[in-house]
Amino acid sequence: MLKAIGAGSIDDLFAPIPAEYRLNRDLKVPRQMAESEIVDWFRERSRENGEAYATFLGAGAYYHYRPVIIDSLISRGEFLTAYTPYQAEISQGTLQSIFEFQTMICELTGMEVANASMYDGSTAAAEAAMMACRVTGRNSVAVARSVHPEYREVLATYAHHQGMPLVTVPFTENARLDLKQLERSITADTACVLIQSPNFFGTIEDVAAVADIAHKRGALLVVSIAEAVSLGIVEPPRQADIIAMEAQSFGVPLGFGGPYCGVIATREQYVRQMPGRLVGQTTDRNGKRGFVLTLATREQHIRREKATSNICTNQALIALMANIFMTIYGKVGLRELAKQNLAKAAYTSQEFDKHAKVLFSGAPRFNEFVVQTGEDPYAINNRLLEHKIVGGLPLKKFYPELGNAALWCCTEMTTRAAIDTAVEAVAKNGRSARSIKEQPDVQEVVR
Amino acid sequence: MKPMIRKATQHVNQNEGLIFEKSSPGKAAWKLPPLDVPEIDTAKLLGTSERKDLGHMPEVSEIEIIRHFTRLSTWNYAIDLGMYPLGSCTMKYNPRVNEVVSRLEGLANGHPYQPEKISQGALHILKTLSECLIDITGMDAITLQPAAGAHGELTGLLMVRAYHESKGAPRKKILIPDSAHGTNPATAAMVGYAVENLKSNARGMVDVAALASQMNEDVAALMLTNPNTLGVFEQEIHKIADIMHAKGGLLYMDGANMNALVGKVRPGDFGVDLMHLNLHKTFSTPHGGGGPGSGPVAIKKMLEPFLPTPVVITKPDGTLGFEYDRPQSVGRVRAFYGNFGMFVRALAYTLANGPDGLRQTTEDAVLNANYIRKGLEGIYDLPYSTPTMHEVVFSDKVQAKKGVKTMDIAKRLIDYGFHPYTTAFPLIVPGALMIEPTESESVEEMDLFIEAMKSIAEEVEEDPQMVLAAPHTTRVSRLDETAAARKPVLRWKPTQ
Repeated sequence: MLKAIGAGSIDDLFAPIPAEYRLNRDLKVPRQMAESEIVDWFRERSRENGEAYATFLGAGAYYHYRPVIIDSLISRGEFLTAYTPYQAEISQGTLQSIFEFQTMICELTGMEVANASMYDGSTAAAEAAMMACRVTGRNSVAVARSVHPEYREVLATYAHHQGMPLVTVPFTENARLDLKQLERSITADTACVLIQSPNFFGTIEDVAAVADIAHKRGALLVVSIAEAVSLGIVEPPRQADIIAMEAQSFGVPLGFGGPYCGVIATREQYVRQMPGRLVGQTTDRNGKRGFVLTLATREQHIRREKATSNICTNQALIALMANIFMTIYGKVGLRELAKQNLAKAAYTSQEFDKHAKVLFSGAPRFNEFVVQTGEDPYAINNRLLEHKIVGGLPLKKFYPELGNAALWCCTEMTTRAAIDTAVEAVAKNGRSARSIKEQPDVQEVVR
Repeated sequence: MKPMIRKATQHVNQNEGLIFEKSSPGKAAWKLPPLDVPEIDTAKLLGTSERKDLGHMPEVSEIEIIRHFTRLSTWNYAIDLGMYPLGSCTMKYNPRVNEVVSRLEGLANGHPYQPEKISQGALHILKTLSECLIDITGMDAITLQPAAGAHGELTGLLMVRAYHESKGAPRKKILIPDSAHGTNPATAAMVGYAVENLKSNARGMVDVAALASQMNEDVAALMLTNPNTLGVFEQEIHKIADIMHAKGGLLYMDGANMNALVGKVRPGDFGVDLMHLNLHKTFSTPHGGGGPGSGPVAIKKMLEPFLPTPVVITKPDGTLGFEYDRPQSVGRVRAFYGNFGMFVRALAYTLANGPDGLRQTTEDAVLNANYIRKGLEGIYDLPYSTPTMHEVVFSDKVQAKKGVKTMDIAKRLIDYGFHPYTTAFPLIVPGALMIEPTESESVEEMDLFIEAMKSIAEEVEEDPQMVLAAPHTTRVSRLDETAAARKPVLRWKPTQ
């Protein structure tokens, strides 16, 4: 090949790089390994990573069963090793599956249009807030303190340089948004109210009431959904103007936090302000149905600095996982699945309430709940680890005012045996927390 | 059609409707275990929040789902089917061992909030990959959090802004060459910077004199892709870095084309202050039809205080953990720690190569691009004769005389069994054909490609109409994109 090119040596091809910058040593990376060694190395890491632990963690990342055909199908090289479907004639597989994904997201959320995916739920929420600013021509955002703390941190990062002031709205004793405070927080410059439902504590918000207040003042309502399985049995926030979702619960492995699958869904009238790719239906020269990426004039490769977002690569393969998951469970299965989640969480919270204090019982919840104990939740969790169980998420870091509280999650994967062990761990040594008075005070988002 | 198409052929191609069109009540592909806790009264628990109906969600059987998606998959082109020479996209082989290790129980099912003491395996992977990438780039520190290249750019420019703010003022603008990817200006705008264009010189490189005159104390950084989108190494990179640094500006490198440099030269050694990598390009993680990607940002020491939170640290007891308390941090750029599954794959790729393999990968990528260039020189116009690194950019100047444009040639290439190259980019080359073979292609596959491209050039001379109507062998012919945008149909509806 060198001869064909007319080069004397490989190094001739690197002649354009000034000699003083060329690397004259080996890279400091581990030596080349055989495939068997690579598998062994990662098996070792897997063993060090909580292999075979049962978990009560949720908080934006949920352990649901993944039907095996998801991986069979997404492992097909035609899906796995294809690029973004810019050449529509040889990308119809990806394009049609995204079209189906967009349709199912619309069916589940009650929105009219959905995009092909965003990075994750947190960036989707931030981009949805920025979209609301473009739609309304206003600048500030009122965000519920019961939105996932890390989502709020991401929003703060994005907002910081956008000239987008954030106002945090507290929650009440039932964990729902404080509507009186919301009334006071909205100004003529409020582009949107951002809530999560079910919120970070698992509580389902009164979306209609929040929407009324926002809309009366000319602001949009953006609803973040972190636990997608809730859509099987919880009425979707139809009154929202934009929904920013995390679809990880739909067949995406926990994977230590990613890759996940954000989605933005909205009303048709706002579609041209939407970030991210969209697939649309059209016809070919023979009138045959086909699909293409469309409305690209919103995007960076056409509009450059005037684009609705800088997003290019999204989470296509993860959206395909979610698509297959939604297809498997479908109209009936998704409800039954959600119902099992609801039942497990209802039973577990009831059992916990016998030995500790389950907070926020005044409003409906889905599959998460907050338990306040006399004992530090870290101590309880340490006991549980001995049983190969990971307990609920201690909330001190995010909500210090809740004291010894932890956020517990149950899914269809949570077994009765694990529940009973956890309840026992809380009961044993756990002093009663019933005397602890909860007084959530208002705090700004800490970055 | 000429008889000389050696690669493509006709094959079984099944029709397949939308999944909703196959749905009927009673079909199911799911089964839940029996409930081991008491049944609930949903109305009592949820009240008015209870959902009663799931609309038009499908009801289909498992074999229908398998067939549906398998049939759809056959309508895609993919790296696994053949050369995918998309310039700037680095469509290299995606090793299957990467898929196996990323699905190991503890890694696939690890919860991001599980205690650090049972997360040492994942943390070890984060740390090892970080160390590898830091040495590969010649930088001092790294964040793995960004989910894709554009997200890396955003994270990088947030750090640029925080750095300048710490010096007194954030500055006002970002310089971006006219050959840059569209994400660069879009990102600058998201971080509140104005964009100023920088013209390329006659050799397709940064015009150093123009840079010197445009550089001043208002400029926060230059976003430079190196090698640039023409596949040309910026030979005066040291002058470029000096000009930026002399006025207190930073040099940001878009690492989209890092596949031309790994193991041969390190951006940190030629004056780059920060850069992002695309693990889905250079480090072999699959593109998956558009994502997920991963866009780590590597930085020099002075930017370290501004890294997004959290940062992986070694604790006093020798175990690994996350550090959140970083007062000068730009904040969090996404929930949790990044696209961890992509880190596993990128590290597996790095381990499979080692220092020798990584160097040879780069050499082969550059060798292949030069082989294609030599094979097509004289047949397609080469607008810049500057030496080629990992990709080569031709133009349709010769073929345009017959009314055939780069997109038409690209569509005809599909009939020959190849994915098209990148069309009409970079913007500084009218009618660009941007070809990046990567190291994965054998000389045999590249010969087929060269043969196909030569054949199309002949067809343009003999029968331009036939090329203009291409592709002729695909399931659908050219699709009406104008109609799709004018009256968008973005979802299926039952009345259709």
